[in-house]
Amino acid sequence: MADFLLNLLLIFDATLRVATPLVFAAMAGLFSERSGIIDISLEGKMLAAAFAAAATAAVTGSAWLALGAGIAVSVVLALLHGFACITHRGDQVVSGVAINILVSGLTVVLGTAWFARGGQTPSVSQDARFRPITLPGAEALADVPVIGALYSELISGHNLLVYLAFAAVPLTWWVVYRTRFGLRLRAVGENPGAVDTAGISVAFLRYRAVLCAGLLCGFAGTYLSIGQNAAFVREMTAGQGYIALAALIFGKWRPLPAMLACLMFGFLDAVAIRLQGVVVPVIGPIPVQLIQALPYVLTVVLLAGFIGRAVAPKAIGKAYVKER
Amino acid sequence: MAGILGIDVGLIPLINIALAFLVSGAILWAIDVDPLEAVEIILYGAFGYDLAIGYTLYYTTNFVFTGLAVAVAFHAGLFNIGGEGQAYIGGLGVGLGILLVDNYLPFYVILPLAILLSAAFGAAWAAIPAYLQAYRGSHIVITTIMFNFIAAALMVYLMVNLLIQPGSMSPESREFAAAGQLPFMHELLGWFGIPIAPSPLNLSVVWAAICCILVWAFIWHTRWGYEVRTVGANETAAVYAGIDPRRVIMLAMCISGALAGFVGINEVMGVHHRLLLNFTAGYGFTGIAVALMGRNHPVGIVLASLLFGMLYQGGAELAFEEPKVTREMVVTIQGLVILFSGALAYMMKGPVERTYLRLFGGLQRPAAQEG
Repeated sequence: MADFLLNLLLIFDATLRVATPLVFAAMAGLFSERSGIIDISLEGKMLAAAFAAAATAAVTGSAWLALGAGIAVSVVLALLHGFACITHRGDQVVSGVAINILVSGLTVVLGTAWFARGGQTPSVSQDARFRPITLPGAEALADVPVIGALYSELISGHNLLVYLAFAAVPLTWWVVYRTRFGLRLRAVGENPGAVDTAGISVAFLRYRAVLCAGLLCGFAGTYLSIGQNAAFVREMTAGQGYIALAALIFGKWRPLPAMLACLMFGFLDAVAIRLQGVVVPVIGPIPVQLIQALPYVLTVVLLAGFIGRAVAPKAIGKAYVKER
Repeated sequence: MAGILGIDVGLIPLINIALAFLVSGAILWAIDVDPLEAVEIILYGAFGYDLAIGYTLYYTTNFVFTGLAVAVAFHAGLFNIGGEGQAYIGGLGVGLGILLVDNYLPFYVILPLAILLSAAFGAAWAAIPAYLQAYRGSHIVITTIMFNFIAAALMVYLMVNLLIQPGSMSPESREFAAAGQLPFMHELLGWFGIPIAPSPLNLSVVWAAICCILVWAFIWHTRWGYEVRTVGANETAAVYAGIDPRRVIMLAMCISGALAGFVGINEVMGVHHRLLLNFTAGYGFTGIAVALMGRNHPVGIVLASLLFGMLYQGGAELAFEEPKVTREMVVTIQGLVILFSGALAYMMKGPVERTYLRLFGGLQRPAAQEG
């Protein structure tokens, strides 16, 4: 029994670590999509940030510079997305796909040219990574039966970016629901015409929204390459940007439910790794692929309206044209 | 304003593509590779000798299928990102069919069966997102993305657990019997006494050409094609005209999925002669660039496919000659093409039209400048 509980604790621990980039990216998507800009390019921005962060950390040896580089690259891509979709009213999905494909090629091209390791960056030394933080009192409490184990194993001992990710959720909620900017952000995603009539620039508002998305994706990518891992590997996002998008939809474009969806998808991922090769008496070996595909299947089912209803912001995907 | 119209369909797409290549050249230059030399290597690597031409046309075949697939959906106003998954499942259909019957039936029965199966499987994989879009109101872009991942997981499960050849280490099925293999072009031409170098180019290139004609006829010369274009242009007007957009969405997506599924004919039946993992290799995504570049017209798609076929084959040659360059350079170019001819398609419209009017439009009123 104690063994089972410890295992469960470890799975939850892994869940937090796997869910961190998803939470960042889902909050990024929330800002963008709530303002009416579809963001398929979460994946590409994360991947670019992961590469920039790992490359910077490998060269300079500073985790903070790496974080800065990751955010900068991600923000540049977000501005490119905005330039195409807001300024030139291009198709938002096409622009997102373009960024994803561009980044998936460019990271390998630049990585190979700069480091000559087949698209990988050199592994980053411990000092240049975000390292686990032991929260105050974790060791002292470790022996207390339930709370101690929970606190010292599950909550303490993650790196800074994990805590930032989960702090980003209430922050996002506060910004979106309790500030003037948030009110306008939600309004511009539902009815840009009304926002324009009120004398507020739709374009500038949406640019700020994609900027927030770029910022958060920068954190997500940096976490992947120098928080969770110690180097950039080609295609290291492996669809996590899309999973975050799925989580955002699953959470019906709201911060807290989106975070819970990220945790659920992270949990599925953490469980899938552990269930590799486990044989259940009647069913036989558990098809790990099924568990891995579950986030996608669940999202499709949700979108089909079979469990609840996910209603997107009304003006999503439409470029705003002032004056007809 | 005929001149302006000519600019829209002729000059601006060319400028956009030129911009994409200009940025690609800048990237090469930034990693210390001479762009002009690279172009030379790519051109020679793609067309310089008959083996290279074979490879180029083999890649082209895949891009024609996926490009047509994306284009048909575009005509109905739908963005089908799921070409990759549909091609994967189409290939699964081909493989399953051939594995079942290749020891019993002759080639001329298996070939139509395989074409039918690839179309049916690809169409079925596109039909679910289409149904969800048409009747349940979920967004086709999101569902087709999800279906790409589901297809990948499904294929890994099937290959690793069920279809793997017993005793084999890598997840591949057994090789098809001779009746289940599409002849290579070098074999085919060899029978007529025309010697060419052995390459993966096979008979499916002919099927790709036929598909171009079929798609052209369908879109512009049938009632259904007219309905597809009407829904794509204006759904409300289509409803007034008595067209049911839901039915059109199903039709367009099924045709789109079937076309993507034909990649399975080329790869599974034509080249590998067995079922294996990852034979789609991103061809479904290249289809997006091909369709955008080819302006959704079969002629444009053939030209764009040739260009990407050239980039794939020539790019491999470039990666071989220049250790600094990897094959992913082609993926980068692909992304840039989608960016400039898709997302930023109208960026150059204003400046180009203004320049045109300044040069040739002396008699027009200034008001005409905001075309």
